[in-house]
Amino acid sequence: MSAGNAKTLGKLVVVTLLMFGFGFALVPFYYKICEATGINSGAEQSLVKNTQIDTRRWVTLEFDANTNTSLPWRFKPLQTRLKVHPGQLVQVEYEVINNSDHAIVGQAVPSYGPARAAAFFKKIECFCFTPQTLAAGERRRMPVLFVLDHAMDPEVHTVTLSYTFFDMAPKAAASGLRNLMPHG
Amino acid sequence: MTDAAHAHGHDDHSHGDHGHHAPPSGMMRWLTTTNHKDIGSLYLWFSLIMLFTAGSMALLIRAELFQPGLQLTNPDFFNQLTTMHGLIMIFGVIMPAFSGFANWQIPLMLGAPDMAFPRMNNWAFWILPVAGVLLMGSFLLPGGAVAGGWTMYPPLFIQGGISYDLTILAVHIMGLSSIMGSINIITTILNMRAPGLTLMKMPLFCWTWLITAYLLIATMPVLAGAVTMLLTDRNFGTSFFNAAGGGDPVMFQHIFWFFAHPEVYILILPAFGIVSSIIPTFARKPLFGYASMVYATASIAILSFIVWAHHMFSVGMPAAAQLFFMFSTMLIAVPTGVKVFNWVATMWKGSMTFETPMLFAIAFVCLFTIGGFSGLVLAIAPVDIQLHDTYYVVAHFHYVLVSGALFSIFAGIYYWLPKWSGHMYDETLGKWHFWLSVIGMNIVFFPMHFLGLAGMPRRIPDYALQFTEFNQIATVGAFIFGFSQLIFLVVVLKAARGGVKATDRVWEGAEGLEWTLPSPAPYHTFETAPVVK
Repeated sequence: MSAGNAKTLGKLVVVTLLMFGFGFALVPFYYKICEATGINSGAEQSLVKNTQIDTRRWVTLEFDANTNTSLPWRFKPLQTRLKVHPGQLVQVEYEVINNSDHAIVGQAVPSYGPARAAAFFKKIECFCFTPQTLAAGERRRMPVLFVLDHAMDPEVHTVTLSYTFFDMAPKAAASGLRNLMPHG
Repeated sequence: MTDAAHAHGHDDHSHGDHGHHAPPSGMMRWLTTTNHKDIGSLYLWFSLIMLFTAGSMALLIRAELFQPGLQLTNPDFFNQLTTMHGLIMIFGVIMPAFSGFANWQIPLMLGAPDMAFPRMNNWAFWILPVAGVLLMGSFLLPGGAVAGGWTMYPPLFIQGGISYDLTILAVHIMGLSSIMGSINIITTILNMRAPGLTLMKMPLFCWTWLITAYLLIATMPVLAGAVTMLLTDRNFGTSFFNAAGGGDPVMFQHIFWFFAHPEVYILILPAFGIVSSIIPTFARKPLFGYASMVYATASIAILSFIVWAHHMFSVGMPAAAQLFFMFSTMLIAVPTGVKVFNWVATMWKGSMTFETPMLFAIAFVCLFTIGGFSGLVLAIAPVDIQLHDTYYVVAHFHYVLVSGALFSIFAGIYYWLPKWSGHMYDETLGKWHFWLSVIGMNIVFFPMHFLGLAGMPRRIPDYALQFTEFNQIATVGAFIFGFSQLIFLVVVLKAARGGVKATDRVWEGAEGLEWTLPSPAPYHTFETAPVVK
């Protein structure tokens, strides 16, 4: 191998190694480009633009939380008021704490005011869909993901979402659903 | 085809005083060879075997598609066939064949005694069959071979079984082989040209390979990185592309196509070089616009790095990005048009004769242009969103890879085989091979344009009834095309074993250093460098 060839070999090997590293560097590089230019940032995607949002009007949402008297939980929304456009995807959070010294299964039941808003309150994800089991002293944050349908009566300017948590133990006992009960 | 060269090599040694050893005989000769001609032949034989392997898969695919419904395969096996057909044709047929040409021809064209790093050259070839065994062997493993498409997109590619790991390893090996081959080629071309042979006097085949080799060392490591990320996502808990861990599957497509768009030029630039050698010979005129050919090749190579996302218009991209990738892609038509113009201008008013290499070269110019035009159609973003993953795309890339890359390989074999073996090939059989191939190829792939425009999706073993007739035509064409390659095998074997003795210059209009050598080219050539005026 002549000296000239060895030198060329060395340079080309360096290029090869650099390009191998470049492949990996592309990963953070792409994320940075997208961040800097706003490309690919969820709702901004040009191909999927939500045309169902009625930006001409605002609706005030109020959030309320209660527990049934027999349930020793503390339950509260993390935000009490929110102004949104009908059709907009909204996510809010509730927090629940089990103040007792044993695990309890509870389930939340929603209600709406005014009642005619209920049909337009489209929940996509909600902690009220399933029973929630909280260990003694456990604190949990739970999301509600919903859309207020843009077809809702324009006369309605304020909608209240109210949840009440019920102890599931009596119901489980009545229906024989023992497996809902926490053991020990 | 090298038996004669081998025998000649012995003669050369008996009176040579260069201190070379005669090559060992039998298998060890081929395993340990560092001779560029031996290695070139090995690459070409490997490529030929793989052509028949992956070609058989294509025939199985076409047989299944002869009728709607499932006849011969199940959907999973069908997907394995399409995936392996693609991987093997690209990495096992076209690339090794071009490497074979490079090994045989570059030292002969430059007046160099051998490649710059003969030992590395041996390694670059002999790791290829290992990759081939990993790929083919995965058919026998539980779950079968990879079925995620040759593009290896996640999430499919991070979900499959053991054969996916083996394929990733095979891609690593094939990449390493290409990188070693490229380093060899660049060093040979830059450092080992005969005195007086300046870069701008080099045959165009050397130029196109020099640029291809640069593309390879710039992009193969990126592919290696991308499949390494797949491997760690699969086995070591990383989440580069795994959405469950916060990764982005589309990221893979960006990294992959950063490699794979230059890769499609890697598959065609050496073809440009071969055709640019053949057309002047049979038109008996020097190549029209040599310098513009060099600059066009370099422009295509540079542009190839900024167009990758035109493979991904349908993943969702801002309009500005779509416009950028659309127009930059169309820009490549300019240097490509320069090339086609130069080939036609070379033939213009030439004293043309139509031996088999020239026939394949002319078919290349015509049919590659059709493939180029359908590529321009696909470059239009709004059209591509309609045609993405349809048979239109299949038609497009087979026009550029079969009637482009593969036909140029046939042309090159017919052109240089007399120099390599010392015997003329059978011209009658060669013409039969050409006409059956060119007719068969068009019967397979032309109807696919219409199938794609009508909306038939690719990579699906079943189809809607209204696509039946065109699929049946395509299948008939595929069997004509496939079986006519047996003629090629016969031609090559016949010329390797014997036949009419070839003259040194072989072709009346041939120019260049390789034609100053005796036919067959001796085992060792240009041990004293020739001087080029």
